[in-house]
Amino acid sequence: MIKTDILIIGAGPTGLFAVFEAGLLKLKCHLIDALPQAGGQCSEIYPKKPIYDIPGFPEVLAGDLVDNLMEQIKPFQPGFTLGERAETIKKLTDGSFVVTTNKGTEHHAPIVAIAGGLGSFEPRKPLLENLAKFEDNGVAYMIKDPEVYRDKKVVIAGGGDSALDWSIFLANVASEVTLVHRRNEFRGALDSVEKVQELKNQGKINLVTPGEIIGLNGINSLESVLIRKTTDAKEDITLAVDAFIPLFGLSPKLGPIGDWGLEIEKNAIKVDTFDYQTNIPGIYAIGDVNTYPGKLKLILCGFHEATLMCQSAFQKIFPDKKYVMKYTTVGGVSGFDGSKKEAPKAVVKAIE
Amino acid sequence: MTDVKLKIIDRDGVLHEIDAPTDMNMNLMEVVRSYELAPEGTIGICGGMAMCASCQCYIKSNHELPEMSDDEEAMLSEAFNVKDNSRLGCQLHISEDMDGLEVELAPEEA
Repeated sequence: MIKTDILIIGAGPTGLFAVFEAGLLKLKCHLIDALPQAGGQCSEIYPKKPIYDIPGFPEVLAGDLVDNLMEQIKPFQPGFTLGERAETIKKLTDGSFVVTTNKGTEHHAPIVAIAGGLGSFEPRKPLLENLAKFEDNGVAYMIKDPEVYRDKKVVIAGGGDSALDWSIFLANVASEVTLVHRRNEFRGALDSVEKVQELKNQGKINLVTPGEIIGLNGINSLESVLIRKTTDAKEDITLAVDAFIPLFGLSPKLGPIGDWGLEIEKNAIKVDTFDYQTNIPGIYAIGDVNTYPGKLKLILCGFHEATLMCQSAFQKIFPDKKYVMKYTTVGGVSGFDGSKKEAPKAVVKAIE
Repeated sequence: MTDVKLKIIDRDGVLHEIDAPTDMNMNLMEVVRSYELAPEGTIGICGGMAMCASCQCYIKSNHELPEMSDDEEAMLSEAFNVKDNSRLGCQLHISEDMDGLEVELAPEEA
């Protein structure tokens, strides 16, 4: 079981900055995130987009902001459980919590801070009637082990980087790769697009564009898909396949956190603006995931909320300890790794 | 003129006739949110970067609208429930030419 002081759910900018503020108070943090990397939306949706309203940064790319935050919190040695979704929470008799992920990893902490943003990112599923029947029976939304597809007939749908990259990769693994996309143009890295073109020319990838998968067939597992070619002359093709991999990106869902007994309003968790605590004492919600009168979903507001949350968490963990907030310009930053950053001492020397 | 009249059919099929300002640098998705015609968290999820399709709408009137950017076209090519008259609300900047525009919000993606 992983033990920490503050368990943060969501490793976006707000969750990451909470590690820093907690570290100043000598509290250790561990973060859980459903995505395989830290940074939340900043890394997943718009790493190359500039942000203009981070105080002190006239312009910063979302991806760079995440890199900077990771650098800033490094001395506080946060733990990460990535690629797993926080699933259940249990309150123990001493008031602490155990949070278990979808993969069964258990985390124990006296304080839980939900910095879940818009929720965990789940694959977007195409609207096909009998899709659920074939899930894990020929249909998969992400590729964990490409060897599963060795010498199999695979059809991939989508027009972004992941559809391109996996088509390229599987061209050398599967016996047959078909890539179906609604239009002729693909949105991806230039060399991926060129590589698919090359593999298409060599006959290693069958490209069906513009086209769409409109039906799935099979008795127990997937046996064929129905592809509609949406060229001027409409044409439906039945293609025998072993696997269908729709790669339509990810969309955020509040998910299991919605069932934790927290007060929810407008798809967000209600908090008290005194310290961003939820209706369950010991569980806080900070950043885009929370709501209160006047709420703005801004990264800079998340930073503020994270800071106040940590002060309250400290009081909760150490009800008898006296503490006043200290400026980093005065106290410096003492990492758990033994590192120490502080302002250089002024020189006291007479000028003659 | 600073306001235009818009007709917006929400996801429950209810028609709303609303005034939208042309001088507030707003787009159609933001107007829908400001009038709370769709629940928060179900529209404008990416904030207006044409990176989700939660603000997809169908254009019902014959207004000339600005052409789609590559980003919008790419997003719509991966969205669901797309029709020939689909647009992303976040990419439609409210302008005086839009007076009388009639749109219907696309269903929420499951």
